[in-house]
Amino acid sequence: MRALAQILLVVVASPFLLGVINRTKAIMAGRTGQPLLQAYYDIAKSLRKGSVISTTTTWIFLVGPAVAIVAPLLASLMLPLAGASAPLSFTGDIIVFVYLFALARFCTTAAALDTGSAFEGMGAARELTFAALAEPALFFGFLALARVSGGLSLSSFMTMDGRHWQSASAALVLVIASWFLVLLAENSRVPFDDPNTHLELTMIHEVMVLDHSGPAFGLILWGAAMKLFVYCALIAGVILPATGSILVDLPAFLGAILAIGVVIGLVESGMARLRLVRVPQLLVTASLIAGFAVVLVLR
Amino acid sequence: MSALLVAIGALLCIASGLFALLPGRGSIRATPFVIVAGSLTGLAGCAIGLTGGPSSLTLRWAIPGGELRISVDALSAFFAAPAFLMAGVGGVYAERYWPAGERRAAHVRVFFGILAGCLVTVLTAGNTILFLAAWEIVTIAAFFLVATEHEEAESRQAAWIYLAASHVAMLALFAVVALLHALTHTWAFVPLPAGAAALTAGKAIFALAIFGFGIKAGVMPFHVWLPGAHAAAPAHVSAMMSGVVIKMGIYGLVRVLSLFDALPFAFGTTLLILGIVSSILGVAFALAQHDLKRLLAYHSIENIGIIVCGLGIGVLAQAHGAPRVAFLGFAGALLHVWNHGLFKALLFLSAGSAIHASGTRAIDRMGGLARRMPWTALAFLTGAIAICGLPPLNGFVSEFLIYLGSFGSVAAPRADWTSLLILGVAPALALTGALALACFVKAFGAVFLGMPRSDEASLAHESPLAMRAAMAPLALACAAIGLAPTLVAPLLGRATAVAAPLLPPVELGAILAPVQAGAIAVALCCAIAFALVARLARSRSAAPTWDCGYATAVPRAQYTASSLAQSVTGVFAWAMPAVVHEPGKLPLFPRASTFESHVPDPVLDRALLPALRGAEWLAGFVRFLQSGRLQYYLMSIGLTLVVLLVWSAL
Repeated sequence: MRALAQILLVVVASPFLLGVINRTKAIMAGRTGQPLLQAYYDIAKSLRKGSVISTTTTWIFLVGPAVAIVAPLLASLMLPLAGASAPLSFTGDIIVFVYLFALARFCTTAAALDTGSAFEGMGAARELTFAALAEPALFFGFLALARVSGGLSLSSFMTMDGRHWQSASAALVLVIASWFLVLLAENSRVPFDDPNTHLELTMIHEVMVLDHSGPAFGLILWGAAMKLFVYCALIAGVILPATGSILVDLPAFLGAILAIGVVIGLVESGMARLRLVRVPQLLVTASLIAGFAVVLVLR
Repeated sequence: MSALLVAIGALLCIASGLFALLPGRGSIRATPFVIVAGSLTGLAGCAIGLTGGPSSLTLRWAIPGGELRISVDALSAFFAAPAFLMAGVGGVYAERYWPAGERRAAHVRVFFGILAGCLVTVLTAGNTILFLAAWEIVTIAAFFLVATEHEEAESRQAAWIYLAASHVAMLALFAVVALLHALTHTWAFVPLPAGAAALTAGKAIFALAIFGFGIKAGVMPFHVWLPGAHAAAPAHVSAMMSGVVIKMGIYGLVRVLSLFDALPFAFGTTLLILGIVSSILGVAFALAQHDLKRLLAYHSIENIGIIVCGLGIGVLAQAHGAPRVAFLGFAGALLHVWNHGLFKALLFLSAGSAIHASGTRAIDRMGGLARRMPWTALAFLTGAIAICGLPPLNGFVSEFLIYLGSFGSVAAPRADWTSLLILGVAPALALTGALALACFVKAFGAVFLGMPRSDEASLAHESPLAMRAAMAPLALACAAIGLAPTLVAPLLGRATAVAAPLLPPVELGAILAPVQAGAIAVALCCAIAFALVARLARSRSAAPTWDCGYATAVPRAQYTASSLAQSVTGVFAWAMPAVVHEPGKLPLFPRASTFESHVPDPVLDRALLPALRGAEWLAGFVRFLQSGRLQYYLMSIGLTLVVLLVWSAL
């Protein structure tokens, strides 16, 4: 039952987060901006349409969107969105969490190559490179949190009771900073990628799905929104102390996720995307920051 | 019982090739039946060996150092099972890959049978002399198999480098065996006396074992022979070498480790550093390859690195006094031995099928094969997902255990630099996994997806039934271990208990149960979601790929595998500078020009071959001794004798 409620929450609430980011950017730029629910309209529109499928492709082309929607859904089951532990929680679930998104990456990049398009190949190459460099940062963060929380599951990382902010605040700040960079890179946000760009040569995530259309494209949009939501929830869970009462935890949690959305919007308003050659340096920096956190908690 | 079955299986494997030598056209057709019979018998023996107690078979046939003794314990059976499986699968595959009518068909069958049979003998040898002798036959059989196409200079060179490297390793192993004998006064594998690890002889055994078994296993930087040999051999031999032969180095290492009553820190740290270096650089070099089989060969180095990381965690944690972490490390390493044997063999066989059909090993000349060879594509995809360590296939399970080992030491109260090293395995493994993913998206995408990049690739056809049938059991085993790891857990636990006799066993089934549930959930959800997407996309129209305004998409405009990899290899340029031949400044009206780049192997091409050329130059100064005239040789022998006589008289 709780698992179902949790899945519903992620499925329904995730496009709203995109609306919050876009509204933040609009306000910062002095625009009215698109409606808060625009992402819902876009997804609904895509799902209603027919699809155009390239004659070059095979069945792999449709595996991409299918796995891209499954991965964040299953990953969300490992998050303790409200309460003591997640519907799916066991020692080492963090590894499954990361590898689920890796499976999705395999399928979406393979689907991109299935079209034989040079642009999609370019996007796949960038996605693979940046994700490879972002993954050690996630694991350094896991190591630090495992030491601080004494457990080895997302539930133990995200339901610490607040005392960890007194004992290991410096390490936690470093982990959160590093993971925020990972969040931006993994979800193709500025400064790694610009979701609003319309130049195929410079895009990463969007260019990989140039050939997907109709329902498949709608599911990709939805999957991307859920992935962003899950990553925001991960960071929110580490920041917030858990009280144990769902009436306090759930609103605080959702508020924190929206706040992270606002921060993403502020980052996107405040800076331009990096040159592609600079991106690996920033990601290695993220790994080093999280590595320092490990050294701090082990000392 | 198990020893008897294993011995019969090994003999049948050896005998299978001999049918190819018999006169008459019909006898060579018996080969696959005999080798499959041997494989099944042997697998039955391994199953009994893994579930029951140890058993041994002593033949009244004196060999130097004692009797001929085949002994099967859980560890031997664990390593021998993939060898038997690969023997049967390879025998069936060869039936159509290298059909009986073709040139050197007998050569391939004879040496493949000998290789398979003697491999098992190495793994079940109850005495060190038999162990070394069988290993030597394995090396020679593998040498002839690598040199199958010896008209080509590349094959000859690969075979000679393999032979030379193997014999350097063999020298070190001779010393290991001699030292073991000096400590135990017997040629059998028996536990060393207490405190042996602290003796000079014990330390020498560790150092020589890492060097000798490291060469055999292909651990970086001792991997010089591996990429060339794997690329030159026929596909089913590459599968055998990569899936099973290099694992004997791991077997040797584990067997020697299990004889000590204490393991020193230095040994664990060396293993861990070698493992991390092998895994990260192995996959980085794999990304830079343009040849499909060389790419797979460098992945063998990566996976051996992962196995050695697991062993390193085991040794170091055992020395630290963290038995649970150590057990997880050993168990993860052993399970990865099985898993790598399965998915790498699957990859080599399906790659061989693609190479067979398209007539080239160059990744950038294939493409679009999934439409023409759907079964081969599915087999390669299964292997690719498994080798990237992705759920729900088997690679994930063993990497999960090694991750747990690495994370397990986070709670260690003593946080010195050795436990930091264990912790470092987790991010290193994450980086390795993500790079492997990039590499296999590149390989799968460029070979099987998109449009054909050459005429041969566009005319490719699906492989015959025997080749596809050979891949099926490997793919099914990958899926079975991934979806039901708790079934493997008891066998793995028994093998690990033999590998690390001092550690209290850990209940692996309980650890792997949630992984099993997760894997089944992932598989089910993906299948449901795929059916859903396919249903949603029913109302469809077909059109050429959207290429931003170009009228027709042409194959040459596709993103090549090399371009795909370049963004990653650029990050590793510090470790593997590429040799680039590019056209200089182009004139106003440029003519046709070419661009070519390749990444030479750092150890072989940049260090070892120049060093050996230097040694050859130095040797040139004493070449006058080698005049070819008998008188000179007699005279120098005589002179040496006189000098020695005088010296001894003084």
